[in-house]
Amino acid sequence: MSWDRAPAGSAASGADGDADRTPVANADVCVIGAGPAGGIVADRLAEAGREVVILEAGPRFDPDERLARQERAIRPAYDRPDVWDGDPERDAYKSTGERFYPLNHARARGVGGSTLHWQGMVMRLHEDDFDSASVRGVGADWPIDYADLQPYYAAAERELGVAGAADNPFAPPREEPHPMPAFPPSYSDSLFAAACDELEIAMHSVPNARNSEGYDGRSACVGYGTCQPVCPSGAKYDATVHVERAERKGATVIDHAPVQRLEHGPDAIEAAVYATPDGESHRQSADAFVIACGGVETPRLLLLSASSHYPDGLANSSGLVGRYFMDHLFAGTGGVLDEPTRQNHVGFLTSESHQFYDEADAEQAPFKLEFFNYDGPSPVELALTGDDWGDDLLERLRSDYGSHIGMGGLVEQLPREDSYVGLDHSTTDDHGNPVPNVHWTVGDRALETIERVNEVQERILDELGAEITWQVGPEGTGPAYHHMGTTRMGSAPTESVVGPDLRTHDLENCWIASSSVFPTAGAMNPTLTIAALALKAADHVLETMSSIR
Amino acid sequence: MELTRRDAVAALSALGLGGTLAGCVAPPGSEPVAVEHLRETLIAAAEVVYPSAVSGIEPFVAAFLEGRLADRAHVAGLDEAVAELDGNARVWYDAEFAALSVADREQVLRNVGADDADEDPSGTASERVRYYVVNDLLLALYASPTGGELVGLENPQGHAGGIGTYQRGPNA
Ligand SMILES: Cc1cc2nc3c(=O)[nH]c(=O)nc-3n(C[C@H](O)[C@H](O)[C@H](O)COP(=O)(O)OP(=O)(O)OC[C@H]3O[C@@H](n4cnc5c(N)ncnc54)[C@H](O)[C@@H]3O)c2cc1C
Ligand code: SF4
Repeated sequence: MSWDRAPAGSAASGADGDADRTPVANADVCVIGAGPAGGIVADRLAEAGREVVILEAGPRFDPDERLARQERAIRPAYDRPDVWDGDPERDAYKSTGERFYPLNHARARGVGGSTLHWQGMVMRLHEDDFDSASVRGVGADWPIDYADLQPYYAAAERELGVAGAADNPFAPPREEPHPMPAFPPSYSDSLFAAACDELEIAMHSVPNARNSEGYDGRSACVGYGTCQPVCPSGAKYDATVHVERAERKGATVIDHAPVQRLEHGPDAIEAAVYATPDGESHRQSADAFVIACGGVETPRLLLLSASSHYPDGLANSSGLVGRYFMDHLFAGTGGVLDEPTRQNHVGFLTSESHQFYDEADAEQAPFKLEFFNYDGPSPVELALTGDDWGDDLLERLRSDYGSHIGMGGLVEQLPREDSYVGLDHSTTDDHGNPVPNVHWTVGDRALETIERVNEVQERILDELGAEITWQVGPEGTGPAYHHMGTTRMGSAPTESVVGPDLRTHDLENCWIASSSVFPTAGAMNPTLTIAALALKAADHVLETMSSIR
Repeated sequence: MELTRRDAVAALSALGLGGTLAGCVAPPGSEPVAVEHLRETLIAAAEVVYPSAVSGIEPFVAAFLEGRLADRAHVAGLDEAVAELDGNARVWYDAEFAALSVADREQVLRNVGADDADEDPSGTASERVRYYVVNDLLLALYASPTGGELVGLENPQGHAGGIGTYQRGPNA
């Protein structure tokens, strides 16, 4: 943490020493984690009149400090994790796989979770993503189909507030329009469109969890352009929306309350043991528990909760807790044109192509193409680095800004047993717990598909007449910060951690709401699917609770 | 290109500093700070680090500083950085920074190493001058519409310039 570094508006979310962080008496449901998954589940359960408590490891941030956080996002003195008060000791981890995994750039901690930092692209998985083994011959089938999730997808789009259009010919079937109209295409999209027309590559809009008009009491996007890592206006959805809504319906949120372990008997969790800033430890008991700590901390908490009943980790009779860690791989190509490209006005994307997505088979992974609106440097960021000022600086800014054009893409990686999240017992966090060990392995299908993505990107940029100046291929690829697969969903208790109802096979009162349940990843950004699964999990919790009352 | 009141409001609001330019603000807290001297020094530095194409520096910087005064930690850091500049100016030119010619001010900024340094609000003297003086001024300028336009970008990062400009072509 960079508090010896202060200013940038001196934003600080110190623990509120006077807050009451004692457990809630007679809680029906304890939700662990206040990201979108936990927030949505809590909101639904509070709506149904349940006594809900949310335990969140990180702080509750002051919305008035968002502009100061934006300043940190722009100024070079601050690293990305500093924007949301990342704390290297609290967030310690190990990366031991064949590729380094930058975990603390890939998450944020606090009320709102990683959506505080996210980009906000939200698309539904395709129908074949649910049947990868049967249709593509690789990966694992989900125990549910697109049709099972479809109504939840529609509800999730309303919950998050999605701006989108029905112009994507490759998208799975929809039942109703998006809640808001899509953002119009950018000027650079129009440059791409001419080249893509020539190559018969279809472009279409991007569904954004970002207000194209006022929605849900939040303002329309005003174009700050720093969406990732912070939207000062609140136009970009983040999970504070649901956490605060749940609170208004009676839920209790306890921040600065990292759950250390889950106390349990053979069949059920009894209490979540959490630490508070005053050095105390508390026990929150409840009838039901929903773990929503994200794809890395969810398996870690289960592994930290090992007992004589569950020597390999709680809910881990299958031995699969932490296994099959997946992320999406980034592939990109960019260059310069000899004309203005008008980049960096806004911080989000307006066009994609899913044309090649369903060509996927055993050899080729599904992938999508993205057309950037912010390729090349942002002048204000550029101005703060370098050893020039005055007219020399302006000249440099003018020559470096203006003609960049670029494309990205996301590629699926397959679930593999040798890609996992475990515990590293040699290192401990600020509470003395072993840190997560992210052992990330990618596999050849994804790497070969990245080459294919690069080829398509080169064709488009060549057609545009761009001089290609950068490329991220199989060597340089990195993760898209989507943590999936580590408590996979399935029908057979020997081959999965949770069932189709998101409940752990081992424990009758424990559900998991997270991309950690994805058996196969697809290549779409995961959070709309997380939100849909959270809504589904909430239904199952309610069904179960009503049946035992 | 003239820096306007709108630029100052934009620069202030980009930094969460309210964006109203009413009245005169004294820094909160007990340590007395010579606000007028901070203002003079920042304006003097802006004349070095801003491009010659901009005018209206004085009211712009004054308004920007007014917003910054609400943040005590920032003002303390700025005060130290200004003392650093004055100290160096006295050693080499026997006068305060703001009293020097533009060329000599530029030399003082180089003497303290603000040109090569990476900004750091709690770093070495050079890093702090870079943070509180040079980069703070550059941030204010290039996150404002006029600063953005100088580079060809009417809606720079940090400025809430709406969602029209990204759709427009260069000749619109
Ligand atoms: C830079 C970036 C860009 C992204 N862009 C996109 C995008 O465009 N589209 C998309 O779909 N996804 C995107 N994502 C991913 C998206 O943010 C996540 O998928 C989503 O936030 C996951 O939601 P979650 O609720 O499962 O977990 P999180 O949002 O990570 O929230 C988990 C919460 O649990 C808390 N927690 C963890 N352990 C404990 C514990 N032991 N006790 C108590 N609390 C605990 C954490 O502090 C955290 O607040 C992006 C992520 C990043 C980092
Ligand atoms: S461009 Fe991004 S940061 Fe700015 S208001 Fe819109 S969503 Fe928020």
